[in-house]
Amino acid sequence: MRVQSSKSRIEKHHIEDLIGRSYMSFCVLLLIVSIVSMVYFVTSKGISTFAIDKVSLSDFFFGTTWSPEGDHPSFGALPFIAGSFITTLLAALIASPLSICAALFMTEIVPGWGKKLLQPVIELLSGIPSVVYGFVGLSVIVPFLRNVFPGQGIGVAAGALVLSVMILPTITSVAADALSALPQNLKESSFALGATRWQTIARVIIPTTLPAIMTGVVLGMARAFGEALAVQMVIGNAPFIPTSLFESASTLTSVITLGMGNTTMGSPQNNALWSMALVLMLMTFLFVFIVRMLEKRRSI
Amino acid sequence: MRSKKSWIMALALTSVLALSACGNNGGNNTAANEGNTGASNAPTETSGAELSGSILASGSTALQPLVEQVAEKFMETNAGVDIQVQGGGSGTGLTQVAEKQVDIGNSDVFAEEKLKDADAEKAKALVDHQVAVVAIAAVAHPDAGVDNLTKQQLIDIFTGKITNWKDVGGADQKIQIINRPASSGTRATFEKFALGTKTEDLQGSIQEDSSGTVKKMIGETPGAIGYLALSYLDDTVKTLNYDSVEPSVDNVISGKYPIWAYEHMYTNGEPNETVKAFLDYFLTDEVQNGDVTELGYIPASKMQVSRDVEGTVTNK
Repeated sequence: MRVQSSKSRIEKHHIEDLIGRSYMSFCVLLLIVSIVSMVYFVTSKGISTFAIDKVSLSDFFFGTTWSPEGDHPSFGALPFIAGSFITTLLAALIASPLSICAALFMTEIVPGWGKKLLQPVIELLSGIPSVVYGFVGLSVIVPFLRNVFPGQGIGVAAGALVLSVMILPTITSVAADALSALPQNLKESSFALGATRWQTIARVIIPTTLPAIMTGVVLGMARAFGEALAVQMVIGNAPFIPTSLFESASTLTSVITLGMGNTTMGSPQNNALWSMALVLMLMTFLFVFIVRMLEKRRSI
Repeated sequence: MRSKKSWIMALALTSVLALSACGNNGGNNTAANEGNTGASNAPTETSGAELSGSILASGSTALQPLVEQVAEKFMETNAGVDIQVQGGGSGTGLTQVAEKQVDIGNSDVFAEEKLKDADAEKAKALVDHQVAVVAIAAVAHPDAGVDNLTKQQLIDIFTGKITNWKDVGGADQKIQIINRPASSGTRATFEKFALGTKTEDLQGSIQEDSSGTVKKMIGETPGAIGYLALSYLDDTVKTLNYDSVEPSVDNVISGKYPIWAYEHMYTNGEPNETVKAFLDYFLTDEVQNGDVTELGYIPASKMQVSRDVEGTVTNK
């Protein structure tokens, strides 16, 4: 009896093991298949602009005229690529100092109530849907810019400001994690040498955690680069390279969201939008690659 | 409980119908009509049988609210029918109906205008059902000081030749164009019937895709000009007359005001019985004078003129 029961227990254990393992393998397989097919789909659709519609690579990447509906259609995506990069970099420039200060405040200056106060606020920011950001941008930031600066308020500056608020939580939380993971003895030795708190922060803490903070910045930039709806509402979407911060411009994502539903699948314009999606995907790969490189540096 | 019962009844009835495959089923009708009371206009009467099946419609976001509302009503009186309405844009609707992924493709433009060149063959297979009309008016910021623009003035403004309101008799204020994206159906309609020509995007012009945002921008931006469907107009923006014709429903119906377009519901080939009943229901007086006007569209059945793909207007 005893032997039998222990036998059945072992069998049950084995069965559970098998179920667990096969369920997990199935999930992993599904994940890999969906990722591979997604990459394949975007790539194959994205390439058709060049393969089927015979748009040359240089016309697409360096052409400045976007008029897909014109009598002589041209598919120059440079204004959108430029717009994406300008808004992303500006947003990172605005958000990074703020985020790093917030993270320092939470971990180094007043870890007690500072963290209790800031953490929920930062988490709240990341939970707000992007259409709300867009609407706030349209109702608050755009009229403000219109009254203070030349132009209509709509434009690159408004887009970058909205984006900077949106990527604030990403950078702050990554930076705060890195700062709180810093070995305590580093700080203590700095204090023991007679350094003040500010000297310690500036000369010891920030330099040591810089790769980790940069990871946060790059992750934030990846989010800014891919954000569509909020930017589309405030940037103006004129297909030109902006000559001032307060002029209407477009990003890759805003052009895709504006055009995708209104064009028919397989038309040259639709294919060109897929090519831009491909550019976005490749940029995301690049951002991931940069993050991996930074992490490698951090571990040494 | 009751609804469940009638649902089962309907299901049983349809399976009986499917088995016998006959058109006339006189005596059985009473059972089906129990869940069907008050449906004086329901197309079930013409077909003489309880309809069943599911309908999938996708496309134009401008038409979506109307289709959704009418679908709700239709499903209330036809318990066996399940209708799903999705957005996605006119291009998506036309693509999906051409590839038979959906039963109905909603579109703001004629299929021939979107499915061109290599896709022209696909457009030929599609059957057009015009369910409503949408009229578009040029609108400006209230301080622009203008209440009428001629066709030529509009062309000059939207091609960038005129950049100040004072040149068209208004205030000394720079004109700010608020456009729709080049692929938008509303923009296509405005360009075709108000300007008569396609326009290029100008440096510094603003493009927004939702009518709500366009209205907000025109109302708040000094010197702004744009265009909106009649259903969106209110006091926050100044509605401009076109060649001295007021954009009113009556003027559209009589054909005096030219900036309007049909809302199309395309099917791939002739629709099946259920889809046909649904599309026929759109053209009943109940829907045309009720939901269509209620949601700010103009009833297609009332139009005194009709228009073909080329834009040729004929009296009905």
